[in-house]
Amino acid sequence: MTRHLTLFALLAALAAPAAHAVEYRTVLPKQSTIHFEFRQMGVPVKGGFKRFTTQMAFDPARPEAARARIEIDLASIDAGSPEADDESAGKLWFDRGAYPKAIFVSSQIRAVGNNRYEMHGTLTLKGRSRDMVVPVAYVPGKNAATFDGGFVLKRLDFGIGEGMWADVATVANEVKVKFRIAATGS
Amino acid sequence: MSRALRYSTPAIALHWLIALLIFVAFPLGVYMHELPLSPDKLKLYSYHKWIGITVLVLAAIRVSWRMTHTPPPLPAGMVAWQRHASSAVHGLLYLLMVAIPVSGWLMSSAKGFQTVWFGVLPLPDLVEKSRELGDLLAGVHKALNFTLLGLVILHVGAALQHHFIERQPFLQRMGWGKKERA
Ligand code: HEM
Repeated sequence: MTRHLTLFALLAALAAPAAHAVEYRTVLPKQSTIHFEFRQMGVPVKGGFKRFTTQMAFDPARPEAARARIEIDLASIDAGSPEADDESAGKLWFDRGAYPKAIFVSSQIRAVGNNRYEMHGTLTLKGRSRDMVVPVAYVPGKNAATFDGGFVLKRLDFGIGEGMWADVATVANEVKVKFRIAATGS
Repeated sequence: MSRALRYSTPAIALHWLIALLIFVAFPLGVYMHELPLSPDKLKLYSYHKWIGITVLVLAAIRVSWRMTHTPPPLPAGMVAWQRHASSAVHGLLYLLMVAIPVSGWLMSSAKGFQTVWFGVLPLPDLVEKSRELGDLLAGVHKALNFTLLGLVILHVGAALQHHFIERQPFLQRMGWGKKERA
């Protein structure tokens, strides 16, 4: 009798993941990254943000119910050099005293097939909000899934680099942003 | 038999072109370095790097030319120590013409700013980005430059001394004044 019960429990456990799919909710900060790249005098310069928090819920079976909210601590910037890190805090750039964070909030997530999604949402930076569509690839993994996305942001849409820095011949308007969010199911 | 007491025309052209570029790159380097960050600073850094890499290319041509052509003999009046000093200083000047731009190139790589010659030709980054290495190479670049400054003062002083004090037709060797024939 006990033998049968054990077998039953085992079968039930095996069947569980198929019966109701995982919902990814727990983000692994150490395995998540945000990088960017821009051109300065025509030369690519790489940077990134070390601290950001992500709240998300994503069930591959129900992408329309998925949501994400990312908050970036702008003080954790690597803008390519210590001099640029300092400069980026100023009024002409992020004006970090008044706007310490960049916030992205998703509004809608659409499956486009092949584990690819279009994440619609709003990015707020320096008090300006812009709607955007970000392509995201979902890569299921053994322990954690990763969500890789990228988009090109136009810094002047957000007033990043005003005054003398508005000259896009020196620092290009386009900033390529790439992120990877790693998460496990709850 | 007449022997020209003058370097060949390509050698003379390279000498003055490189001298001119260094006379621009050096003060530009000192000046730009002190500026607060601004678009102009970024532009000047790029111009400095482009001029410096041009010096490197010209210096490479010049050194190969020098190795395949015999310079005019030194005036008979020069004593042994002067001959030795002259060849030592010339050797070091050639070395610095190459080492200074190379140190600048490596420093830029270490600081994470690739060098793209005239905004067109990207030079490979030969070292990884590293704060410590970048600061170290900036120090090397500076030290080599101030060594160059000292040597150039010696070099110019010696040439003028031979020309004006010892009254030997010395500056003609690098193309100043009429072509002398012995
Ligand atoms: C003939 C060639 C060159 C000369 C005479 C020259 C001269 C100088 C001088 C005098 C300085 C100021 C040093 C100081 O006061 O700290 C400087 C700085 C600098 N040079 Fe050059 N340079 C040459 C080539 C190059 C090249 C080829 C590059 C890069 C590809 C380069 C990159 C730099 C940079 C980035 C600085 C600023 C260092 C800093 O901000 O700490 N230089 N250079």
